[in-house]
Amino acid sequence: MSQFRQIFREGLWDNNVAMGQMLALCPLLAVTTSATNGLGMGIASLAVLLLTNIIISSVRGVISPQVRIPVLIVLIATVVTLVDMTINAFMHDLYKVLGLFIALIVTNCAIFGRAESYASKQPVLNATIDALAMGFGFMWVLVAVGGMREILGSGTLFANASLLLGSHFAWLETTVIPDFSGILLAILPPGAFMALGFLIVIKRLIDRRLPQKTNNDLVTISSHC
Amino acid sequence: MISFDIQQHKEKPIYQALLLGGACAVVSLLLILGNHTTTQAIEDHRTADKLAMLAQVLPQSYYTNDPLNETRELNHQALSAPATLMLAKKDGVVSAAAVQLSIAGWGGIINMIMALRPDGELLGVRIISHTETPGLADKIEMEKSDWITGFDGKSLDNVSEKGWQVKKDGGEFDQFTGATITPRAVVKGVHTGLLMYRRWAESEEGLKTLAGQASQNAENTPEAAS
Repeated sequence: MSQFRQIFREGLWDNNVAMGQMLALCPLLAVTTSATNGLGMGIASLAVLLLTNIIISSVRGVISPQVRIPVLIVLIATVVTLVDMTINAFMHDLYKVLGLFIALIVTNCAIFGRAESYASKQPVLNATIDALAMGFGFMWVLVAVGGMREILGSGTLFANASLLLGSHFAWLETTVIPDFSGILLAILPPGAFMALGFLIVIKRLIDRRLPQKTNNDLVTISSHC
Repeated sequence: MISFDIQQHKEKPIYQALLLGGACAVVSLLLILGNHTTTQAIEDHRTADKLAMLAQVLPQSYYTNDPLNETRELNHQALSAPATLMLAKKDGVVSAAAVQLSIAGWGGIINMIMALRPDGELLGVRIISHTETPGLADKIEMEKSDWITGFDGKSLDNVSEKGWQVKKDGGEFDQFTGATITPRAVVKGVHTGLLMYRRWAESEEGLKTLAGQASQNAENTPEAAS
């Protein structure tokens, strides 16, 4: 059990996709103009990550190291395409909101990163837990960056959330600062860099205060996307 | 042991080839299957979306035909892709037309649809999709601002050639604070749509198609042709 707790700790904080591994930054910076958009991207990424991790972990025995990369790419691209087609055909209202994000997941290195470094070496259960941990870790950063930009840029939080989650969640839509015209910079791309930068600063500050043993292996950034 | 066997063969080139080929074959099969089961549903949704989009500018009460199947292609040098003219007919007579076109905005392509009466007067304009700056130029959306309704009732006859510009350029239409290029593009798109419609209405094919209404609406037809 403590093993799973460790996986969750890694995914949600220590080795977070966006703030630790510094992966998946293009979808992160591109879509987080509002908290709702961030949540949508988070849900879509979580679903795809879960599917790809499970599939790749189940076939890990037959994949040989020499051709693993093309095989993984083909598998991931197929899952993304199938998810895209299925949602478009059978959950069309959701597709109108999420459609953009699903296509963007193809550009998401985090999916491939987890498949390559974790799912292709671990049993299915561990890979599933890892997908959940990494997916939720990515989701909260997306929502946090989106929320920061939305509050500063338009003075609202979770605007249009009922379009994404259904009318039961209309209570999420709040106006934080009434009659606020917004700081345009927060909505524009530089605002995304700044919001993410602040989040990373906060994370590093907290890590520094934590007992030394947890941050002695602070991430080495090896690849970007 | 099977897994042991696999381990033994994994290093051989033929294994790599078969693995890659096999993976691609399985994946292709899945995609064909997926595509086969979803194509029809996706197509239906697309048609429904188009009709819903059309209904925003053209109430269902205007037509009894299927405007999505009564289309013409319109071209103009200001547009990078041909525009689509849809004809709404009631009892075989053209009751309204819709023009869907795309024009370059500031951040990308602005896709819009406009509905006109047969005489060329605008019933309404809506933006279908755009990639303009949020919070600044997205006031072209109906949900954000009623700016777009400023086109209602306008035509080439009641707005002069020079008037089809934003106020900054000496025209009739408002720009937004901090965003001129987007409204300028929308105004240009609407103007181009009207010009293309007029050209079509004056063409041989257009005159013939619109002729059905000439008997009913005798005063309007010369105006449309003027």
